[in-house]
Amino acid sequence: MSAILPASKADPQADAPLPAARRDIAPLLLVPALMLVMLPLVGSFPTWLTLTVAGLAMGMMIFIMASGLTLVFGLMSVLNFGHGAFVAVGAFSATLVLLPMRGWLEMDSLLVNLGVLALAVTLAMVVTGLLGWAFERIIVKPVYGQHLKQILITMGGMIVAEQLIHVIWGAETIALPLPTALRGAILMGDAAVEKYRLVAVVVGLVVFIAMFLVLNRTKIGLLVRAGVENGEMVEALGYRIRRLFVAVFAAGSALAGLGGVMWGLYKETLTAAMGSEIMVMIFIVIIIGGLGSVGGCFIGALLMALVANYAGFLAPKIALVSSIILMISVLLWRPAGLYSNSRS
Amino acid sequence: MLHRLLSGDLPRSRILTGVLLAILAGLALAPFLFSGARPLNTAATICIYIVLVASYDLLLGYTGIVSFAHTMFYGIGAYGVGLALARVDEPTWGVVVTGLVLALMLALALALVVGLFALRVRAIFYAMITLAVASSFAVLASQLSDLTGGEDGVTFSVPEVLSPSFLLFENEVFGRYVDGKVITYYLVFAGCLLLFLFLLRLVNSPFGRVLQAIRENEFRAEALGYRTMVYRIWANCLAALVAALAGALMALWLRYVGPKTSLGFEVMTDILLIVVIGGMGTMYGAVIGATLFILAQNYLKELMAHGSTALEGVPLLAAALHPDRWMLWLGVLFILSIYFFPVGIVGKLRVRAWLARR
Repeated sequence: MSAILPASKADPQADAPLPAARRDIAPLLLVPALMLVMLPLVGSFPTWLTLTVAGLAMGMMIFIMASGLTLVFGLMSVLNFGHGAFVAVGAFSATLVLLPMRGWLEMDSLLVNLGVLALAVTLAMVVTGLLGWAFERIIVKPVYGQHLKQILITMGGMIVAEQLIHVIWGAETIALPLPTALRGAILMGDAAVEKYRLVAVVVGLVVFIAMFLVLNRTKIGLLVRAGVENGEMVEALGYRIRRLFVAVFAAGSALAGLGGVMWGLYKETLTAAMGSEIMVMIFIVIIIGGLGSVGGCFIGALLMALVANYAGFLAPKIALVSSIILMISVLLWRPAGLYSNSRS
Repeated sequence: MLHRLLSGDLPRSRILTGVLLAILAGLALAPFLFSGARPLNTAATICIYIVLVASYDLLLGYTGIVSFAHTMFYGIGAYGVGLALARVDEPTWGVVVTGLVLALMLALALALVVGLFALRVRAIFYAMITLAVASSFAVLASQLSDLTGGEDGVTFSVPEVLSPSFLLFENEVFGRYVDGKVITYYLVFAGCLLLFLFLLRLVNSPFGRVLQAIRENEFRAEALGYRTMVYRIWANCLAALVAALAGALMALWLRYVGPKTSLGFEVMTDILLIVVIGGMGTMYGAVIGATLFILAQNYLKELMAHGSTALEGVPLLAAALHPDRWMLWLGVLFILSIYFFPVGIVGKLRVRAWLARR
């Protein structure tokens, strides 16, 4: 924890560069270390490869869903218990495109398939982004700074959203078809790796890198990071942090929507209760990562998904509680999560 | 006498007193006032929910702890009694007590562990951790089907006095045979009444005052010399034990345990809604809230069915009034009540009575 604090206090030499925060690399090594340790335990390389890719894919999707929440928490100290509802709404919105255009999805052309998917994802992200904006305005805005009320009211928002999904899309589960071009597996040596999982890994990496670049290389990112560190100071410098709040909230919701579409295609069935189920995973991930840290969230998501996949193969009974065991062990090591800003 | 029984925490509002007396009378005489199985079932559920919600209010309303693991303890109580009875050929009271004691011990141990682990941190963190722990417990209960019967749960038989074939008297009493079901009802009723009075005693004791101090300002309570951690863990354990007892009563009443009725996330959201709508930090809020909620759950649906058929032509509105969507309206009511009357029904009534007296 102390590692991320600035190394020294006031620097007498004005020309000297600001002391950079020391890099804390131990958590970064966890994921590769876990993969390496599991290789001899799993025994056969092809099985290990399949498990690892499956874990990475799942982890990337969970990261996409969780990143928005952790960013919102870091910036505005709002823990949105209704975040899972955005995931579900995103997935269900995608059906508005995917189900009528089923014929296009069944064509054997990768381009057509991806085009339809892109349309569905765009719609889902627009819908969830707008919903997030409305959610912030109507539900969250009056209770800034009051954690108890925030928890209760966002829970209420989640209940209402879940019921509205039932009202609009009906109470039955919806089957979500995977596009033809993304079905099936690629053989890598002896290992079969499902195509869709590779796509998920790529999309997850793209989202992570994009987020990293936006947060670290743009002015908006600078403001967001500064807001996470000290919101009052950013406001005192003349930036309207309220607008930033809304924008980040909407962007986080849109990411949840994107994650929802991907998760829905992964599971291939949709239920309105998927929101509250995913909520649990998302919470575990952001607890492991450290509340408010995007990098921690990324590592946490990968760790959780990999552990779940390895445990499912090695000891199916333990797999049921593997995430809890992982969470407890991480918290014993670092009580505030892998990367925590000292405030939380 | 009454003063002591209610631990000095009188309703303090004439309307509230009237409603509470009506509820008490209704619950006490339920087997004789209404005929048929459904009203009795409703009444028993109300009794048990009152205790469950009141014990949650000890955490949320009195101490300011948001926990999502309350149904876990409720489920432990239910499963403890249920699995113990399902294991034996001859259901006896000894088996019930053994199962209950084991369940209480497990609940206490888990409450301690969760409490020690997570109560040091902020409210939000605790809420998240309990949600994670409770949901993996629910997954465990539904997946370990050898032990728990999985999704289907377990049905079992209860001691003979409580079984429906048992008759206490030959003849009808006030137009009703006093069979095992009625005896079970009175067991549930008496147990819940005692537990409720115990909770009322607890929150009006010096211990309860410290909890309220922690809710209002933890830092200040600590500065006064109270070890707030210890108090919070105690509150957590007591609430868990009472919830487990409520679960045990529920198991005896239903003669069935399953993940849906005791561990489901829906039960947790029900509890939250009831506490907030009834009034946080007032034990009587649990009574009013649970009664309204369970009655609505059982009877509002029929009303909504009428509305839904009346609006058949209107596509979305008819779906929104579908009887299964009653939670939608309750959710809206929940959000509105957090904004506009955060003190809940009971708080509102008390404020009104207080203003009238001035």
